[in-house]
Amino acid sequence: MTDTTDQPIPKKTDGNLLQKLELDVRLLGMIGALIILCIGFNIFTDGRFLTPRNIFNLTIQTVSVAIMACGMVFVIVNRHIDLSVGALLATCSAVMAMMQTQILPNMMGLGLGHPMIWILAVGAGLLVGTLIGAIQGWMIGYLTIPAFIVTLGGFLVWRNVAWYLTNGQTIGPLDRTFLTFGGTNGTLGTTWSWVFAAIVCAGALWALWSARRAKATHGFPVKPIWAEMTLSAVVVGAIIAFIALLNSYTIPTRRLERMFEARGEVMPEGLVVGYGLPVSVLILIVVAIVLTVVAKRTRFGRYIFATGGNPDAAELSGINTRRLTVKIFALMGFLCALSAVVASARLANHSNDIGTLDELRVIAAAVIGGTALAGGFGTIYGAIIGALIMQSLQSGMAMVGVDAPFQNIVVGTVLVLAVYIDIVYRKRVGAK
Amino acid sequence: MPTAKELRASGAAPLVEMKNISIAFGGVKAVDDVSVDLYPGEVVGLLGHNGAGKSTLIKVLSGAYQKDEGEIFIDGKKVEIENPRDARANNIETIYQTLALADNLDAASNLFLGREMITPFGLVNDAAMEAECRKIMGRLNPNFQKFNEPVSALSGGQRQSVAIARTVYFNARILIMDEPTAALGPHETQMVADLIQELKAQGIGIFLIDHDVHSVMELCDRASVMKNGKLVGTVDIEDVTDDDLLSMIILGKNPTESADA
Repeated sequence: MTDTTDQPIPKKTDGNLLQKLELDVRLLGMIGALIILCIGFNIFTDGRFLTPRNIFNLTIQTVSVAIMACGMVFVIVNRHIDLSVGALLATCSAVMAMMQTQILPNMMGLGLGHPMIWILAVGAGLLVGTLIGAIQGWMIGYLTIPAFIVTLGGFLVWRNVAWYLTNGQTIGPLDRTFLTFGGTNGTLGTTWSWVFAAIVCAGALWALWSARRAKATHGFPVKPIWAEMTLSAVVVGAIIAFIALLNSYTIPTRRLERMFEARGEVMPEGLVVGYGLPVSVLILIVVAIVLTVVAKRTRFGRYIFATGGNPDAAELSGINTRRLTVKIFALMGFLCALSAVVASARLANHSNDIGTLDELRVIAAAVIGGTALAGGFGTIYGAIIGALIMQSLQSGMAMVGVDAPFQNIVVGTVLVLAVYIDIVYRKRVGAK
Repeated sequence: MPTAKELRASGAAPLVEMKNISIAFGGVKAVDDVSVDLYPGEVVGLLGHNGAGKSTLIKVLSGAYQKDEGEIFIDGKKVEIENPRDARANNIETIYQTLALADNLDAASNLFLGREMITPFGLVNDAAMEAECRKIMGRLNPNFQKFNEPVSALSGGQRQSVAIARTVYFNARILIMDEPTAALGPHETQMVADLIQELKAQGIGIFLIDHDVHSVMELCDRASVMKNGKLVGTVDIEDVTDDDLLSMIILGKNPTESADA
């Protein structure tokens, strides 16, 4: 029994530096872990880990899992699970590969290399992914079959639908424009990368400023102005540093020569061109920003978190939790299809084993990123950092020369350890 | 404004009338042919043992359960309430025993859950909701300060005030309170009692579920007593004593009937 009159009114504490900046301690912890990991590998690989080239590769390898991990955050926050994402990715990839190599050029008579091919192929893939996700969501929400079972079934079904569609063959080469989404074959170049950096910086500053103004207009306490400035400087600095790094990875001279030859030109002597931001990473950034806004600032996102926190309360508050489940899984399916675009474009073909074990990587990324399996808690940026940590571990160990079985043993151990640390942290701060 | 008693005597249509409601779970009749009604500005207590069917009956009105038989009238008009959204559309608000709050969200998010304020861009307007939440909490529970913490960090009384704020803010006409003071200390219980008087004065009709006879005697105008899913009877609080109510609950005996006998 508690009594409100006995509750001390919390004073506006001065607090330490972190509290003044109102930073998320868990976020700092994850970034810290990632930095320590990177520096450690850099030492063990004699400085080969933190080169622009390796960081460029690391980011494009992370994208596919990271995109799906963003959707998995919503699924897990809503107290469900999706074991079918890797298999769904394979089916979407198979559909898109068949569309661009068989159906559109031959059966529809567009001819190879037609500019509409990649649009129609990607559109078909996204449609199939969203539809399959929605059907699985309908079975979970309306037929009340547990998500674990529906997606475990989906795991078998969609993996083998992909196999059936392609007869188990590797399908390729894929459409040339389509390959732009893969990474190395599609980057913005240095100039457009800086333009993009400027836009993101402006957007971030606007978001920080408008949040402050919204608080101020209602007379709520705001951070001291120096804290706001420091935070802005850190955010802008990080964006600029990231783009500068990607721009400093230059296209090898041989490759550049071939690119000029293909256009029938001669490469000027001593030309140096940076890769810049890969299109796939651009897609991930857009997905992350959109889904963060969805999570924090839309009714849809609010209802996902409310349902995860207390499903009965959500239902009694008039939220249609069944329809919500369908929407969440449809979104997850859409993101699987988007990942399929990136993954198959990176490999330049559709192979039968594409996306194998991705479901486990995706769930691990979301969980390492602080998503609680009990539901109600999770962040998009956490999932992306989780995916980065997983990928850094994997490729770092490969570079150091750790044997393959040990790599997986370490990744598995880190997953369990990360969740344990998170549990200890939550107990310490008293959060649930 | 005429009092609830005058309205009832004049034969005006009640605010809510639940007629011959029955609901069964797997062959067990949890509610068996029960009729109750409620007038504006009136508090009707629903009494009975655990499992007497009072909570089940009221969940039919709040849309959590669907009735098997019977009819519901609001302002004399027949309505169909199939889910909590229908109940809300009829200005029926419920404060549940288990406090239907999402523990991971803050007070403002819970206050507006399902009815968020949005900006012209269609985004959730957290700052405006927090401002409204501060206003209403200032009225209901001036000590309340934890606006930026999840409600899991709140005490029972603070959580109860969030739940009550929800019904007050959205201008409920019909309020269902399922043991609103069960988890509260004496001061907070008094706060709820004051609030019920205030809501009554505004012409809101309240169904109060309780098994504490004394609080029913204190707060209610009428009491309907249930036992084993059936209605024992509905009495005016002015006409009965604590003991009469107790014997209705325990023995299932209606004092007016026994007087006739």
